[in-house]
Amino acid sequence: MNFSWRYQKNSLFKLFTLLAALFSLIALTTLLVHILHEGWQYLSPQLLKNFPSRFPHKAGIYPAIMGSLWLMILTFFIAVPLGLLSALYIEEYLPKGKWKSLIMVNIKNLSSMPSIIYGLLGLAIFIHTLGFDHSLLSGALTLSLLILPMIIITATEAIRAVPKSLRMASFALGAEKHQVVFLQVLPAALPGILTGIILSLSRAIGETAPLIVIGAATYISFTPESIMDPFTVIPLQIYSWTSRPQAEFHHLAASAIIVLMILLFSLNLLAVFIRNHFQKYKSRL
Amino acid sequence: MTVFDIKNFSVFYGPKEAVKSVSLKIKKNKVTAVIGPSGCGKSTFLRSLNRMNDFIPNLTTKGEIFFFKENIQKTNPVDLRRKIGMVFQRPNPFPKSIYKNIIWGPKINGYKCNWDELVETSLQKTGLWDEVKDRLNDSALNLSGGQQQRLCIARAIAMNPDVILMDEPCSALDPAATARIEDLIEELSQNYTILIVTHNMQQAARVSEETAFFYNGQLIEFGATKDLFTKPKEKRTEDYITGRFG
Repeated sequence: MNFSWRYQKNSLFKLFTLLAALFSLIALTTLLVHILHEGWQYLSPQLLKNFPSRFPHKAGIYPAIMGSLWLMILTFFIAVPLGLLSALYIEEYLPKGKWKSLIMVNIKNLSSMPSIIYGLLGLAIFIHTLGFDHSLLSGALTLSLLILPMIIITATEAIRAVPKSLRMASFALGAEKHQVVFLQVLPAALPGILTGIILSLSRAIGETAPLIVIGAATYISFTPESIMDPFTVIPLQIYSWTSRPQAEFHHLAASAIIVLMILLFSLNLLAVFIRNHFQKYKSRL
Repeated sequence: MTVFDIKNFSVFYGPKEAVKSVSLKIKKNKVTAVIGPSGCGKSTFLRSLNRMNDFIPNLTTKGEIFFFKENIQKTNPVDLRRKIGMVFQRPNPFPKSIYKNIIWGPKINGYKCNWDELVETSLQKTGLWDEVKDRLNDSALNLSGGQQQRLCIARAIAMNPDVILMDEPCSALDPAATARIEDLIEELSQNYTILIVTHNMQQAARVSEETAFFYNGQLIEFGATKDLFTKPKEKRTEDYITGRFG
């Protein structure tokens, strides 16, 4: 047996994986550096405080930030209870079989559908049929539809990962099914579920296409006061600025991207923090 | 006094008969060992007693089991499991603190008592108190395997059950931890009826007063442990305990 070729193959494989990792790292860094270079000079308190304007030095993203926050909170309160309860039903109550696999396959399909289709669905249902107009509510409902499959999938996976022995131990102590589900399975699955929720929400925050379809405003001179008000969001503001001819607006768009990235980064950081916090009873071994 | 009166009880996994028409009586405050080779139906039999088999799909039963004169197929399984504690093959503490592991069962069943006291007495009965009294709020998962298993026994005791079922409780433990559990079983037998499934014949001989030998789903022989191990009535029992098969 000649081993040297095997050793060479080993190093070669290692090299390939390194190259692949470097490639994505370099692409991301280039993007980041480019955005920072374009946008840092426009990054100022005015940008965060001001309303949009046709004069670049006066323009800001205050309504967009407020719109994004409103939308995120509303989406959270619509999508999370629905997604979590659906996942619990699918994992804990739906018997294994044809129905369950059919449902799961469909949910997995839905999660990979282009977001614009959810926009069209939202337009047809929430705006044309239910008459919610181009409001925050329509936006939040549409985004909820968009992220529901993701939440359900991550939650069912987290619930399934809870060991069977934990359920058996609980049942053996005379627990009712709902007690086992809510007091043992759910807490044990919580870190995974929360991570899924936060990652889905950060996807929702970055979405533009479905919101354009349901007619979110691109120029708006007030912040939403109720869920029936029109709104805009940061990605939409970025989109509208990049399509302007003046170069200053492109810089503004870059600085808005920085704000959006900071927001997304904090959300992801929160996900990590929450996961670690709820894992304190995991074995240290 | 008879705790379990089992009459012609059979268990089927689909068409396959895993426990074949077993009849026996389990006496109060005794340790009864259930022995037999792998796949002989001893664990299935044990899980029938607190209806943990209900969770296995396609499983059907025939015959009757009476728990203090009560037909268990006609009682609510949740009520039944409150009175019959269970310890599993692998230690399975909840991913919570030691303290919460003990009080979880009584709490969800709406029992009212002094929780601190309950935790202390339950842990004392299992000899774990001195080892863990300073870290009751630590995760139970940081205990050693043997400690975890004793915690699981303490958790079962906290419910103040009549019976404790043990399904090969030492199979995942080292010899020292096994010895501690065996001592514990002996102490507990004064107040509790204990059924222990084991594939370790020495263990059965050491801890039990009565032994049931299962083979191929059938109850081959049942009697006082010292009789069964010294002068077995059945040829198959003798072959098994002398190590000719299994």
